[in-house]
Amino acid sequence: MNLTLKVWRQSGPKDSGRMVTYQAKDVSPDMSFLEMLDVVNEQLILAGDDPIAFDHDCREGICGMCGMVINGVAHGEQRATTTCQLHMRHFEDGATVTIEPWRAAPFPVVKDLVVDRSAFDRIIQAGGFVSVPAGSAPDAHSLPVRKEDADDAFDAATCIGCGACVAACPNGSASLFTAAKITHLSLLPQGQPERIARAKSMVDQMDAEGFGGCTNTGECTAVCPKGIPLDTIARMNSDYLKANAK
Amino acid sequence: MKYTEGTEIRDTKAPAGPIEERWEKRKFSAKLVNPANKRKLQVIVVGTGLAGGSAAATLGELGYNVKSFCYQDSPRRAHSIAAQGGINAAKNYRGDGDSIYRLFYDTVKGGDFRARESNVYRLAQVSVNIIDQAVAQGVPFAREYGGLLDTRSFGGAQVSRTFYARGQTGQQLLLGAYQALERQVAAGTVEMFTRHEMLELIVSDGRARGIIVRDMVTGEIERHMADAVVLATGGYGNVFYLSTNAKGCNTTAIWRAHEKGAYFANPCYTQIHPTCIPVSGEYQSKLTLMSESLRNDGRVWVPVAAGDTRAPGDIPDDERDYYLERIYPAFGNLVPRDIASRAAKNVCDEGRGVGPGGLGVYLDFRDAINRLGRDAVEKKYGNLFEMYERITGEDPYTQPMRIYPAVHYTMGGLWVDYDLQSTIPGLFVIGEANFSDHGANRLGASALMQGLADGYFVLPTTIGDYLANGPYGEVDEEAVAEAEIKVRTKIDKLLSINGTRTPDSFHRELGKIMWDYCGMERTEESLRKALELIPSLREEFWRNVKVSGSAEELNQVLEKAGRVADFFDLAELMCLDALVRTESCGGHFRAESQDADGEALRDDENFAHVSAWEHTPDGPVLHKEPLEYEYVKMSQRSYK
Repeated sequence: MNLTLKVWRQSGPKDSGRMVTYQAKDVSPDMSFLEMLDVVNEQLILAGDDPIAFDHDCREGICGMCGMVINGVAHGEQRATTTCQLHMRHFEDGATVTIEPWRAAPFPVVKDLVVDRSAFDRIIQAGGFVSVPAGSAPDAHSLPVRKEDADDAFDAATCIGCGACVAACPNGSASLFTAAKITHLSLLPQGQPERIARAKSMVDQMDAEGFGGCTNTGECTAVCPKGIPLDTIARMNSDYLKANAK
Repeated sequence: MKYTEGTEIRDTKAPAGPIEERWEKRKFSAKLVNPANKRKLQVIVVGTGLAGGSAAATLGELGYNVKSFCYQDSPRRAHSIAAQGGINAAKNYRGDGDSIYRLFYDTVKGGDFRARESNVYRLAQVSVNIIDQAVAQGVPFAREYGGLLDTRSFGGAQVSRTFYARGQTGQQLLLGAYQALERQVAAGTVEMFTRHEMLELIVSDGRARGIIVRDMVTGEIERHMADAVVLATGGYGNVFYLSTNAKGCNTTAIWRAHEKGAYFANPCYTQIHPTCIPVSGEYQSKLTLMSESLRNDGRVWVPVAAGDTRAPGDIPDDERDYYLERIYPAFGNLVPRDIASRAAKNVCDEGRGVGPGGLGVYLDFRDAINRLGRDAVEKKYGNLFEMYERITGEDPYTQPMRIYPAVHYTMGGLWVDYDLQSTIPGLFVIGEANFSDHGANRLGASALMQGLADGYFVLPTTIGDYLANGPYGEVDEEAVAEAEIKVRTKIDKLLSINGTRTPDSFHRELGKIMWDYCGMERTEESLRKALELIPSLREEFWRNVKVSGSAEELNQVLEKAGRVADFFDLAELMCLDALVRTESCGGHFRAESQDADGEALRDDENFAHVSAWEHTPDGPVLHKEPLEYEYVKMSQRSYK
């Protein structure tokens, strides 16, 4: 199949950027979206042009490094799918495909489709952990956990930190990401002692990074490759309110 | 390729005495650094996977000044995150007869008697603490209704000792380590450098004292000094181009250290994982693993007749060959990875492979669905089935999956002693980047165990002993300048060639040479062929590669070219190592060395040793470290 690509090119954070059109020829339907870009890039290199910079690594949907807005949707239109797991068989021959980076003020563009998501790491630094030094842990069976709680905690813990939630949110909110971590830890007994302080400091950090507030539009869960549910945000808000009531 | 033989390695620094007391003894004999002095000491940790992330976090907790480096945009993206199946621990929570000794025994045997007894015993001991640590961090392992931890069994073991978090165990363990790491970043004990790549090791006065890195965003070349350097940079399976590794996994850090004097041990030991999705075309950039746990219920088969092109559903049962169950009735589909991989290769070589190109075998859930119902199968393996469907466009509920072996894990790596210290004092190597614990084959669910054992528990003790024996004086400025010049010269050279081929095209060709001639089966002839082809391809690379852009920007082509350049040199050493080892063991199958049934034939008389290669200007020098088995008697592995 043959495609027309309209790709966002931006040489660095100070460049204003622009859309550039490329032809992707002889695309196999079995290729992943990133493999299609690899092929385009090989041609650009040989032509002496600057290849399209994009982030990627594991290419099996788990590291969270890849991310681009495809035809206006973060990670593309297929639900619960990272860009690396999106395959070209879902596109039509002859189609035009637009490709843009995550757009949010706290995620400045580094180059082309590469953005800086270090704000997420700083939100985790603010309290997204259980304070337990190596070597001091009690036997793992000393504290049973209800299976339902462990399963729910796991569901929230599967967040890959890709940032699609932020890219999709009309407010540029990082609530789904932050709430996923707060929910994961708040559902487990190990997370209880720091629970309320954690919610406060993580939410405050999220605000300090410049992410917008949540207005429950739900665009975040719609694009989340791991299907993190919206009710995690309610849990986060509940713990945050408790923190401020004290 | 010429090589010479050097002196034997006799002392690995493991304490003598009963094996169960060795680690305790070593911990007690290790000198301590007092807390006030820890604050004055700088440690560099390169890599943020299970080994590097847990090590940097723990060293930070202990009070050292740590600098942590990764090439990704966040330490949370290290490839440990992709491990699916689980992590072994000798907890015996099931009461099914497991013990530290049994885990030790299974691992030594599973490694085909090419791992070190002392190290493996320590690994089994520490495994128990890893689960405690991870649970305390909030890692949401699978639980039973009573609230206790669930376990499952894995290839190569007959007890249920594998702890798991659905099919994403590596992810959850890595996030635990990452969160511990970020906690230390917040506490100010760890300074994090993301999007930085180590390009050279600084050796001053014979000791590792720092690294040269490239800031991958600005292109700036930076010097970072330390009292000790830890490499936790993972494996080098991407030398084969197609592998289950993340795209960025590379050998550069350990290869640079090797050129600076660190011995490289057992480079030829490559684990080929039996259950990956087969290659679909020339453009393919990586291979995806399907968890080994699928073999608990899936049955592996191919048509009895060669060249049978019927759809799988049209092939009646008596025309199917369930070859693993036929050849290995005791373990069946759960034989270890090296055995399952070679068996798949053999049936495909007979012309009985399925799918495009005939390089595939069926992994069939028909019987499991009939027995357990579709819902039960979906509950157990749903996410894996979905992943398969995504990549292939085929529905594994209605037709069998197609799988084929792929390069997965490298058991070789930099040589380390019992303290995890390389042959360069002050350079420690942990996780997949070192060679020590798996032998010639790695059983399932043991890599996560090793990474975390090294990072949380072993290294933090042993590195303290090294640091307590310091300080090691000022760093020689000339050594730093020389390392930096070397990095700059190489970058300039790569950018100046302006040839006609991309780095990827060279990488693909090199990978094909490695897979065809140094892959699942090696022969003297194939290895000699590879040793002819690699140098000429490398010569063309340095004459004809095209690297676009400049050094002072984010330049992914330049990054790639530098890594491919190092893969060439490593590939050559891998083939040499494979050529010299004229026996079959684990992931190294020499066709000349097999028994009448086609099983791997080990040669303990001549090869019960680690091959540790020293880099010299006159070519590689082979140092042998004899392996002694006091506790587990060497025997032929049999899974029949």
